[in-house]
Formats: sequence, C-alpha cells, structure tokens
Amino acid sequence: MAYSADRSYPAVLRPVAITGAGILTSMGDDWAGNATGFRAGRTAFKPVTLFDVSRQRVGTAGQVDLPESVAGIGGREWQRMDRGTRMALIAAQEALAMAGLSGGRMPVAVGTSAAAMPVGEQYYLQATQGRSRRQQLTRVETYQPQYQMAAMMRALEVQGPLRILSNACASGANAIGHAFQMVSEGKAERVLAGGYDALCQLVFAGFDSLQALSPSGIPRPFDAARDGLALGEGAGFVVVESLEGAQARGAKVLAKLLSYAAATDIHHLTQPHPEGDAALTTMERATRAAGLEPGQIDYINSHGTGTPLNDVAEANAITRWAGDAVGGIKVSSTKSAIGHLLGGAGAVESVLCLIALREQFLPASLGVREMDPAVKFDLVQQPREVAVQRVLTNSFGFGGANATLIFEL
Amino acid sequence: MPRITISGTGAVSPAGWGVPALMEALDGGARPEAGEIVREIPGHEAVRTAVLRVPPAPATLPKSPRLRRVSPVSKFAVAAAIEALGPERMERVMAGEIRLGVICALMNGCVNYSNRFFGEVLADPAVASPILFPETVFNAPSSHLSALFHSTAPNDTLLGDTAEIYTALEVATEWLLRDDCDGVLVVVPEELDWLSAEALNLYAEGCLPAEGAAALYLEKDGEGPAITNIPDPVALGPGCDRAAALREVMAATGASDDGATLLADSRSGVARFDAAEPGWKGERFSVREVLGESFTASSGMQVVVAVEELRRGRASRALVTTLGGNEQAAGCLLER
Repeated sequence: MAYSADRSYPAVLRPVAITGAGILTSMGDDWAGNATGFRAGRTAFKPVTLFDVSRQRVGTAGQVDLPESVAGIGGREWQRMDRGTRMALIAAQEALAMAGLSGGRMPVAVGTSAAAMPVGEQYYLQATQGRSRRQQLTRVETYQPQYQMAAMMRALEVQGPLRILSNACASGANAIGHAFQMVSEGKAERVLAGGYDALCQLVFAGFDSLQALSPSGIPRPFDAARDGLALGEGAGFVVVESLEGAQARGAKVLAKLLSYAAATDIHHLTQPHPEGDAALTTMERATRAAGLEPGQIDYINSHGTGTPLNDVAEANAITRWAGDAVGGIKVSSTKSAIGHLLGGAGAVESVLCLIALREQFLPASLGVREMDPAVKFDLVQQPREVAVQRVLTNSFGFGGANATLIFEL
Repeated sequence: MPRITISGTGAVSPAGWGVPALMEALDGGARPEAGEIVREIPGHEAVRTAVLRVPPAPATLPKSPRLRRVSPVSKFAVAAAIEALGPERMERVMAGEIRLGVICALMNGCVNYSNRFFGEVLADPAVASPILFPETVFNAPSSHLSALFHSTAPNDTLLGDTAEIYTALEVATEWLLRDDCDGVLVVVPEELDWLSAEALNLYAEGCLPAEGAAALYLEKDGEGPAITNIPDPVALGPGCDRAAALREVMAATGASDDGATLLADSRSGVARFDAAEPGWKGERFSVREVLGESFTASSGMQVVVAVEELRRGRASRALVTTLGGNEQAAGCLLER
C-alpha cells in the first residue's frame, strides 16, 4: 500500500493467484456445504425471522443460520460483532486457513453495502423510543463498518491497512479487484479480500418499496416472466497473492486471477442502460487485459438478479461482447439459489466461480420456465458436469457500479 | 515518474459555499454561529443538539434530473466537485476529452434520507417511499457526480472513519498512474441530521457536529501542489496510544518539525482528543476548531486549506494529519 512520489510505477505486472477461499451463504457455511448444495441444484430460501415482514409483499429470503459462537473468538468479542461481520469473519477464517495462513501483515479490502446496519437499526429504535442512552453509546460506534471490520481483523490477527468499498451490489467484486491491482502492481504481497452483507429491515423494506422483490419469493433470472429478485445474506473472502510468492511458500494455488475491470453506468440511479453499455465495457476490458477472446471463457457467473431490466441489459451486453461466439457461452445466475447478497454478492459469486473451477461443474440458473428472448447464450438450467478452465463473473450495483473479474484454473 | 498534483479544490462548509468562504473563516478564526436541532420525543424531554449548519444553497447549483430529490450530502458533493473542476475543465470532461474518475470517502453518508426512510419503514413498511431508498445507499453521491459529469470512468465509494480521505487520495494516485483515467475527483461530503448529531454528542461530548464537503481534483503533472507521500495508515486498536500512532504517521511522511513545514492538524477543541495531537514548531491550523466536526469532510477541508496555503506561498511544504475516531491515524505530505 502507500504512495510515495519517488517510487516508480511497475512496468511489468505480476501474475496473481488465489490461495484461499471462504464462503457462507444460506446454502452452507463453508466451501464444502456450498459446493454440495450447488452441485445438487438446491435452493435455500426460507421465511425471514430476523425482523417483522408481516406488512411487506414478500416474506422469504436466503436467511443464514448463524452459529452461536466460533472457535477461537471470545464470547464478548463475538457479541460485539454485528450479524454481517460474524459472517465475514467465518468466511475470512476459512479463506485464511485454506491459504495456510494464520493472520499476519496484509491489507484487507472489503466490499459491503448495508454494512452493520442491523446495529444501526437498534440505535435508531433506541433513540426514537427515548430509552436509556447508555447502550446507544456502544451502538453508535459498533454500527460503523470500519469499527466492525477492524474488530474482525483483530480477531483474525491480521494487521494491515483496511480498504472498505461500498459500491452497492458491485462492492464485493470491486474489493477483490482492488486486491488484484495491489498485488499485481507490487503494492502488496497478499491481500485478504471479500464482501459481506446481512439481511436488515431497512434494506429489505427498501427493495420491497421499489417492488424489486419477487412476490412469489422465487427469483427466476433470465425467465421471460421473471418478476423480481430474492434477497440473501452471507459473505465470501479470498486470499489474493502474487503467484510467485504463493509458489515460494508452497501454498496451493486454487486459481489465477487474470483480470479486473470497472466502469460506471450513468443511465439511471437504479436502472442499467438497456443495452448494457457499462457491462459490455467491463467484460471487454477484462478479457482484453487477460489476453482472451470471449470464446475462451467457459462460464459466466452473471449478475442475473431476476429483475426485468437488469437481466435484459446483461443479456444484451453478453451478446454484444461475445458476438458470433455467444451461442457457446455458458451462463447462469447463482442468485436463483441463494438470493442477492448485495455488497457481498460479487465476492460470494467469485468464490462460487472458484468452486466451479476446482470441482469442474457449473452451478445452475434455477426456476426458468420460458427463456427470455434476449438470451442468446447457453443458459445453464441444471447443474452441469463439464470441464471448466476459465470463468468470468459480472457484478452491477445501484449507482451504476459495474465490475468484471476473470479467473483461470 | 509523474507528479501527482492537486490542481483544483472545492468546499462547502458552515462558513459558506466555496473555498474563499472557507479560507476567510479560517483566516478570521471566528466560529460561525451555531444552530440547534431540536427533536421532540412524545412523553420525554426534547433532545437539543447544538450544530453548525451549511447556509442555504445558492441558486447557482446546476439543475439536473438526478439532483431533483437528493439528500443534502449529494448537493454538497456536487457543489464542491464543480468548484474543484472549474468551468473549463468541466466543459472538457463533459465533452469526453478528460476521463474523470470519482472517489467519494464517507463516514456518515446519506444519513438524512436513511433516517427518513427508516422512519417510514417503522411506521408502515408497506407504504415506505421508493424514492427515498436509493438515496440511502452510501454510493448515491458518487453516482450522481459521475452522472452529472457524464463520466463512465471508475467510481468508488470508500467507507471509514474521519481519516478516510487519505485512502481515497491513495486510490486516486493508483488510478492516475495506471492510466485508468486522466483526472480524479476525490470528494468527501457529509450531512447533518439529528441521528448523526446526537450520535456524535454521545461519543464525543463537547464536539460541535457540522456538515459540508471538500473536493480535490488530482491529475498528472498539473498546476498545483504535488502529493509527496501518503503512508499506510496506523490502526487505532482499543487502548492504543493515539499520540504514538499519530507520531508514527508523521514520521512516515518524512516531514520534520523544522519550523518550515505547515501542519494542518485534526484538533477539534475537545481536550481529551486534542491531547494526542503533537507539539509543532511551525505554523499550524485546525479546521475543526473553527468549523466543527463534519467527519471526513473536515479532513477534506484540512487538505483543501493546506493546498490553498501552499498556493498563497505561506510555506513550501504542508503536512496534513488526521487522528481518526476509531480506525486509523493517517496523513499526507504536500509540496509546492
């Protein structure tokens, strides 16, 4: 990290590896649980019990069953963490363990959208109900994302600068992208990067108010009659490391992280450009930077929320990007199984891409009854056993944040 | 190696809209008159919080469909950004001649609309306003900036404590050196609401909550002071020696207390926080002592004022440091 005017910019970029990955979703609380669930084509939605949804159109989501405690984390420490941070901690622990690391000096890049909002909601309720201000004092600090992430880093015994990105639903992908750049440019030897978000009432009601949630609670990305998304929660983390450094310390390389690209869609605050201009830009830049042609990408983990505008924009972008090769491009949306994890989505979907690469299968887009006519690619509707060498993942967010990452086995 | 320069500054503060108003207030040293947020709670005594508000917006703010219903934080961000770009550069950005990256750093964010939206949700989530919700998201201000300037270049929103601007400046240097864009706007806007004002008072009694924004336009080899050094921030763990953390940052910038370096510090007038700020032989100024605590915006104003003082020729070197609330001590070194 750090900037110094007398340090030269690297002429040659370093190859980047992923040496650890951790994941927590409503499908499972680790790599194995998620791999099993996605390989079986399961969905993991259930009634929301975290807050009152009785006055809302939708009452289900990909809600996670969190453990009461975690080994190595003190009870008081655990209690002070908000729900999302606990998820992030579990996923980050798995990523570090898989990488053969036990803390140490490394930057941390995290993406989140709602951050510790569940604590913020408690603070708000306490303030408006005029109760004791003693607890408010604690909550006012603990609902700040940097406080929570700093607590997570202490629990993991990771020391390093913290970079929190909040680019709405692209945040997790952006965080991994920043980590990729830091490592490839030699600013850091390795970076712990990921994203997280927990369900909370403000955000749930927000998507409900926009009528973006599927009334049936079943998201059907790329279905002609899709009617909205389902929310989920969870976290995904990876250890991003220089390939040379990883090999030197004998770490197992899960995959190479080939490229990252970001662009901004200025069409509308909440709606993508209908032709997917910014998505096209990020996919084009990412493939060009990786030295690849679209036909060399074996699988795209799409943003695919299940909302009418988003899916068409992304389908159009993929068609424009792939050109003649579009019919052979395999695409699915894993949000059909676990919901939309908002700031955590890009990171969780990156880990799902790693699972696809390591376990050689493609997760499915579930619930499609009749394909949207905009879909010209090979939409994977059942989990598919297939050789996978290179995968691309797209993430788009409110405000026009667009990001693409490419991984290679 | 190109010089990364700060070639434009913008500010919105309780002193008024624009950098001249900010500089005038600091030169005069007099704190603007404080106002008050009064919150009635049925069955309880009203909560009164002294605050420093930004004066009403001038009519010169641009008209844009994007800005019709935005939270104050976005209006502050836009005004500061337009000032930092300046009319000529803005024209070139809008014409697509300059690829403009945007980075917003926030601690508080869109609290005003978040508060209003959550109030609606608690009253009846079935009728909560879909207009308010998208403006509650942290990256709404940065999104509006890119849209206003028609820029599709990268746009990031960074969250952190009051010292987050230095990470934003560092990311901006990365983008410029990598040639991701031709110029980067670093904007640090914050707004006030009873929710944040009372929160600050709970945490730091005696601190005067404020609001505003600062903007810095960075480019390669432009006119203006150059960024010499942005060291890694030093983490502030529970029970840490805050003074030692700040000294570590200062040492890492390479600046020395030689009497010739101008210090833009983060003193707020609250003794228990200011105790960690170091002694200093040369000139120093403290934005917060005059204009209250507007979180990341205050830290942005520190940098703006340091740039302006270098331009005025009051020093050839300026050290800017911020002792954050609960995450980090950080800073940067600027040279004329």
